[in-house]
Amino acid sequence: MASIELKNITKVFRDAKRKRDLLAIDDVSLSVEPNQFLCLLGSSGCGKSTLLNMIAGFEKPTGGSVTVGGKPVDGPGADRGMVFQQANLMPWLPVWENVAFHLRLKGWRKADRRAAAQEYIDMVGLRGFENHFPAELSGGMSQRVGIARALLLNPQVILMDEPFAALDAQTKMDMQEELVAIWQKQRCTIVFVTHSVDEALVLGTQVAVLTSRPGRVRELIDLDLPRPRDITSQQFNDHKRHILNLIREEGMQQRREAKAEVTAEASRQGAAA
Amino acid sequence: MRAIWKSWERAVVPLFILVAWEIVSRSGLLPAALLPPPTVVLHAWGDWVFGFDETSQGNSGRWLADALSSAMRVAAGYGIAAVSGILLGIAIGWWRWVERTVEPTIQMLRPVPPVSWIPLAIIWFGIADKPAIFLVFLGAFFPVLMNTIHGVKTADRNLIRAASMMGATEQQLLRHVVFPAALPSIFAGLRIGIGAAWMLTVTAEMVAVKSGLGYVLWDSYYFLRYDLVLASMASIGLLGYATDGLIKLLMSMALHWQHGSTLQSREG
Ligand SMILES: Nc1ncnc2c1ncn2[C@@H]1O[C@H](COP(=O)(O)OP(=O)(O)OP(=O)(O)O)[C@@H](O)[C@H]1O
Ligand SMILES: [Mg+2]
Repeated sequence: MASIELKNITKVFRDAKRKRDLLAIDDVSLSVEPNQFLCLLGSSGCGKSTLLNMIAGFEKPTGGSVTVGGKPVDGPGADRGMVFQQANLMPWLPVWENVAFHLRLKGWRKADRRAAAQEYIDMVGLRGFENHFPAELSGGMSQRVGIARALLLNPQVILMDEPFAALDAQTKMDMQEELVAIWQKQRCTIVFVTHSVDEALVLGTQVAVLTSRPGRVRELIDLDLPRPRDITSQQFNDHKRHILNLIREEGMQQRREAKAEVTAEASRQGAAA
Repeated sequence: MRAIWKSWERAVVPLFILVAWEIVSRSGLLPAALLPPPTVVLHAWGDWVFGFDETSQGNSGRWLADALSSAMRVAAGYGIAAVSGILLGIAIGWWRWVERTVEPTIQMLRPVPPVSWIPLAIIWFGIADKPAIFLVFLGAFFPVLMNTIHGVKTADRNLIRAASMMGATEQQLLRHVVFPAALPSIFAGLRIGIGAAWMLTVTAEMVAVKSGLGYVLWDSYYFLRYDLVLASMASIGLLGYATDGLIKLLMSMALHWQHGSTLQSREG
């Protein structure tokens, strides 16, 4: 049974102010098998976050259905872990309390929470920072806390929305390596949103290339590259060239459509005048 | 040298005022009875507190009792205002339907100065502690309420998302995310509220109660004892300062996580 199943998802945003509807997602179907690492790749505004938010349960699809582990999604819940672009840590709690926040909600005693948090703090390499507050952490460290917090739920599915976008190149590389190591150890399904072709190719077992507005799946690519991924290898670059071509075509298509629209508009106005 | 200055920093301005005041009032620019010099005030105050030579007549040695009765009124009215202001503020900030039903009424009551409730407070509660407590409540309630609402509304939506993704129920969101997120704002309201609380206890005591620092102040005015009037004013100022300090202390304990991340946390 698939871990995540998206069936004919559409999403329309009502723009009340401009009295216009925006079709953000148009008929997306995806099925993610257990233990896959799926990267959603697409340009800004193409609906990656919207798609992920529907799996998370923050947004409801206008049409179609989302199931996780066979159960339809009807709201956020602890069966899925989420790592946000901004780490979104509770600034009033020290690192270990943030990691163990779920256990606080479950009413665990402090000593038990503290003990349970340690395993995940060690896993993301933050030993020694347990009692720091989020304001005292660097961006990369905050992101690690966010990941540890999601792992502690021990979820079958982890959703990540451009979690490394704000990091510098070196930190990003380290975090990508760590994430892959954690994923291999934990055996969970990851859906990872990114707009970087390299990142998708370094991390994923599958890459879904999305079209820009409305978002559709342009192509679902299976990656069978050996790990650790070698970004200078022939295979890696073949994939990269292929994806970049898709994106370029997509961009040209868009510009043509935009131009056609402008021309049509102009001729309409010309006819009216 | 620097260290010495640091420890005296906060005493410089009050000392300067006291010395200038002593000189002006001894120089005969004003009749001594209208502006008693600090030494005279201090003498009367000392007798009011310790009762050594009956300078303050009937009040001699009664300062602690007066200060306590004022403080109790502040504590009672302020306590009720703080608890109800925080609870109602969270409800208004969180649930739209509560906001729609309650907010207009509140916004209409808010501009009415608390002192204008004095006549009603007296006929409802008589001349005793209750009208004063009621007034203190009115004065402290609105600042706490408004700041709590603001704190809840400006809470980071992403934190709420993060918590609900970890399985938080609505009640848990309020308790574990919204309340702590609003806390800096709530404390701002509590600090404004404590000032209003002292102002209104004293006002109430001047007209509707027969004890406390405000009562002594007004009573001494009738007996032309301006030294005691000034001593009462100084007592109120000191107690207000002390209670604000207490709240600041509570605040720095509750908001210790802000250390280093805000401008305010630079304070010594
Ligand atoms: N709550 C909303 N209300 C109205 N429109 C929205 C809303 N959320 C997103 N949109 C629109 O839907 C489209 C897709 O947005 P989304 O945030 O999913 O893009 P994205 O692919 O995540 O982009 P980015 O890479 O910049 O994060 C955008 O055109 C955006 O304007
Ligand atoms: Mg996005």
